[in-house]
Amino acid sequence: MRPFSLIRPTTLAAARARALAEPQARPFRAGGIDLLGLMKEGLRAPAELIELHALSATEGAEMRALAATEGGLRVGALVSLAALARAKGLPPSFEALREAASSAATPAIREAATVGGNLLQRPRCWYLRHPDLECLKSGGASCLAEGGENRLHAILGGGPCYIVHPSTLAAPLVALAATVTILGGGGRRTLPLEELFAPPRERIDAEHRLAAGELLLALELPAPAPGLRSVYEVAKEKLSHDWPLAEVALSVVVEGQTIRGARVVLGHVAPIPWRALAVEQALVGQVASAELFARVAPLASVGARPLAQNGYKVALTQGLVRAALHRACDVPIPE
Amino acid sequence: MSQSSAILLSLTLNGEPVQVAAPAHWTLLEVLRYKLDLIGSKQGCDKGDCGACTVQIDGLPALACLTLAALADGRSVTTVEALGCGPVVHPLLDAFDRHDAAQCGFCTPGILMAAESLLRRSARPVTRHEAASALAGNLCRCTGYTKILDAVVDASERLRAEHDDGR
Ligand SMILES: Cc1cc2nc3c(=O)[nH]c(=O)nc-3n(C[C@H](O)[C@H](O)[C@H](O)COP(=O)(O)OP(=O)(O)OC[C@H]3O[C@@H](n4cnc5c(N)ncnc54)[C@H](O)[C@@H]3O)c2cc1C
Ligand code: FES
Ligand code: FES
Repeated sequence: MRPFSLIRPTTLAAARARALAEPQARPFRAGGIDLLGLMKEGLRAPAELIELHALSATEGAEMRALAATEGGLRVGALVSLAALARAKGLPPSFEALREAASSAATPAIREAATVGGNLLQRPRCWYLRHPDLECLKSGGASCLAEGGENRLHAILGGGPCYIVHPSTLAAPLVALAATVTILGGGGRRTLPLEELFAPPRERIDAEHRLAAGELLLALELPAPAPGLRSVYEVAKEKLSHDWPLAEVALSVVVEGQTIRGARVVLGHVAPIPWRALAVEQALVGQVASAELFARVAPLASVGARPLAQNGYKVALTQGLVRAALHRACDVPIPE
Repeated sequence: MSQSSAILLSLTLNGEPVQVAAPAHWTLLEVLRYKLDLIGSKQGCDKGDCGACTVQIDGLPALACLTLAALADGRSVTTVEALGCGPVVHPLLDAFDRHDAAQCGFCTPGILMAAESLLRRSARPVTRHEAASALAGNLCRCTGYTKILDAVVDASERLRAEHDDGR
């Protein structure tokens, strides 16, 4: 790694001012897992790292909080994945989030990695991460995955670049309708987490809509509707220590046997956490059953345009959605 | 290119207070291996993929290769060297020996530190599944993991028995 200085601001204002002066050269450091990886691979060479853990107890309180609200949950951006996975008393409705937080990366990484950093980490596309290649995202003229090695790339929402969003926490948080609070030049603003993510068509240099120097403060999960259940399903090549090939997080509100609401979010198949709206619409108002799930699961890939090597993700995603629906609604999978 | 300044770190290392100066941008792994000569923690991939550098910070597993040394200041760092220092052979080392759980041994220090953190935090003997989950970030190219899991489960049963005997 090229030498850099570690700056330890104790106030939010100082942290932001320092970053804003030279945003590219002065990233915030949270868990440092993605940042140090990029620096070691020579993809980033910051002059300074701005240490978010240095914030004083009061200034950093919101970013460190992991607390119940009225029926819901506040998760500070600096909460570690491990702390989230271990948290006692998470409402059972938020199971998808707990499952995802305890499945992402590895145990030692989860101790350091933070919720904010997880949502803002860079994609794992091997062309983007290659120190000697230039793809669309690293300043080149074309997406090298489109006609290259693309078995791990996007089947939905791709183009002109085909990355998949790398965050395992994104899908469950969107499925649970999380909002995110951001501190920027105009003060604080809160938006649906879904709106944080930017597809490549909109923005090629980053995967989010934060402006330079903006800080992600915290996420808030609203109180779950009565009867809300959520689950997370993932397929990996190896059971442990591997990136997802595809994942789904979904929440359903079940009243008696009838599905009153659904949010179905796919991960690792699109450049952003992908709402499977056709599945959601086909579920609402229907009675939960194996037949229903078999009928709606194929809708998960509506609009899919697989590349040469990733057609398998279509069937995989449909299968994950079906399995997740069975588990969430407690409907046995037929033999 | 500016040279980054040196920093002075004060940490508790394997139970002893230690002060060490190092370049500000060094990782904990570099300080352990190249300043303190503690070469038990291995430098494998050096970017989070293999777990060979696993140490403990305040008792929890941490990847020394992705931890800035500056951030270990004031913390308690435990490396595999600590396991070899007691008056009796540590049950994990003994179990790894009896089960032939190390071959080339490159992964072993990281695995021992991940396993020790699990066993210390577990109120009862761990299951195979728990051991495998705790070691999910530690790659081994030699053993096929079976003997490693045998050893960890065996050690956890012994530790519990010793604990119950009040030893
Ligand atoms: C072997 C391996 C396997 C992995 N597997 C998975 C996996 O299965 N699923 C998964 O999701 N991830 C996986 N990861 C990635 C890992 O989870 C992320 O790198 C990590 O979560 C990033 O979080 P961090 O806190 O370390 O971020 P950092 O590296 O500290 O920061 C990442 C980025 O976010 C910015 N940032 C951080 N916090 C804030 C904030 N509060 N406000 C504004 N900007 C901020 C930083 O400036 C930086 O640009 C894996 C990594 C490795 C090495
Ligand atoms: S050397 Fe740290 S994870 Fe491989
Ligand atoms: S014993 Fe050789 S890598 Fe594990």
